Amino acid sequence: MTPRYQLPTAQVRQPFIEARDVYKSFGQTPALVGATLAVQPGEILAVMGPSGSGKSTLLHCLAGIYTPDKGETWFDGQRLDTLSDTRRTELRRTAFGFVFQFGQLVPELTVADNIALPLLLGRVGRKSAYPKANAWLPRLGLDGLGARRTGELSGGQAQRVAIARSMVAQPKVLFADEPTGSLDTLTGEMVMELLIGGAREEGTTVVLVTHNARVAAYADRQVLVRDGKVIAHAEATVAEAEVEVGR
Amino acid sequence: MTVPLALLGLLEREPSYGYDLKRDYDAYFGGDKPLPFGQVYSTLKRLARDGKVTGGEAEPGAGPARKPYTITELGTREFDTWLAQPIAPEPHLQTTLFAKVVLALMLGRPAASYLDIQRIAHLQRMRELTEIKRTGSLIGTLLADHGLFHLDADLRWIDVTSARLDALAEMVRSK
Repeated sequence: MTPRYQLPTAQVRQPFIEARDVYKSFGQTPALVGATLAVQPGEILAVMGPSGSGKSTLLHCLAGIYTPDKGETWFDGQRLDTLSDTRRTELRRTAFGFVFQFGQLVPELTVADNIALPLLLGRVGRKSAYPKANAWLPRLGLDGLGARRTGELSGGQAQRVAIARSMVAQPKVLFADEPTGSLDTLTGEMVMELLIGGAREEGTTVVLVTHNARVAAYADRQVLVRDGKVIAHAEATVAEAEVEVGR
Repeated sequence: MTVPLALLGLLEREPSYGYDLKRDYDAYFGGDKPLPFGQVYSTLKRLARDGKVTGGEAEPGAGPARKPYTITELGTREFDTWLAQPIAPEPHLQTTLFAKVVLALMLGRPAASYLDIQRIAHLQRMRELTEIKRTGSLIGTLLADHGLFHLDADLRWIDVTSARLDALAEMVRSK
C-alpha cells in the first residue's frame, strides 16, 4: 500500500554543495550507497543519523576530504571529486572551514596562534592575521585569553576557539562534525549559538553533522542518513502530515 | 497549568488584587494565552467559597471597600500538598505512536514511513522552540527547553523503534 504522505526526494534548486548518488566504501564495508544531497547557499543544514549511518563520511565527501568511489560531488558550480589532490587541498584551505568534536587545536600554541593559523597558512602576514584573530576573542567571550595555551582551556573554551579558527578566514562553507559532542548541555548550547550566529552574520553555508536532535534544531533544515543513504528531508511540510506536536 | 493552584501560589507570596494576580500569572505562566479577567475573578470567588482565600469582596475599581485576596491556612495546605506531590508521568505520545506502529505492522502498512513523518514533525517543532530560545525571554527559554527535552526523548524512541521494526514486525505478524 502506498504511504499517505510521501517524503520528498532531494530538491535541487541552485545548490551550493551537492552530492549526487555518492558511493563510498572502506574495504568491504559500504559507508555510502547512493547518497544524494543538495545544500543551498547560506543554508544551515543538519545531517542526522545514528552511529555508523554514514553521515560523517558524507560530510567528508562533500568537503573533498574523501573522494567518492562512484557518484559526483559539486561545490559552487564545479565538480569536486574530479579535482586533483592539490586543488582540493587548496579549496579546503581557502573556501572551507572545519570544526570537529574535539577542537583539534594545537595545544602548544596560544589561543591567538590557533585562531590565526588558517590565515598564516594562507600566507596572510602576521600583522594582518593577528588583529583579525584577536577580534574574535570578545565575540566568543574569550577576552584576555589570547596568550593562553589552548591545552590549558576548558572544553567549552577550546571549542569556541575552534569555531573562531574555522571562521577567521571567512570560509564559504563551514563543515562541523559533532561540534558539541564532548560538551555538557549548556556549554554545547553556547557553542551552537556562536557557531550559528557567526555563520548567519557572515552568510556562511553550514553543513552540521550530529546525532543530537537538540543541536540539529539550530539548523534551517535537517536530513537523516540511514544505511548510507539520505532518506528523510525535514523540509517536508508538516502541514501536509497534519501532525501537531508539543503545542 | 492549574489556574486555582497557580493563583494560590501567587497569593502565598503576598496578598494581591485580582488585577495583579492576572498580570503575574500572564507573565510567568500565560505564554501566548493570557488568563481572562473573568476567569481570574470566578476562580477567586470559588477559592473564597471553599475557604482557601479571603478578601476581595468588592469588584475591582468599585471603591475603597476593595480588599486584596489573602490565602488561608487551608489554601496554604492545599498548595503545599500539590507542590510536594509528583506529577503523574504521562507518556501519551509514545503510547499513541506505539499503537500506530503496531497497527501499521499488523496491517502491512509502511510503519517506517509513519515514523519518518513523525520525526519530521518533531524536528520542525524543535526548530520553532529553538528559535524561541534564541530570541525570547528567560521564561520563554525555560519553557522551550522543557518542550525540547521531551521532543528529544520522543525522537530517541522513534529512532530506536525504527531500528527494531523488523523484529517487531516479525513478532506482531506471528501472533
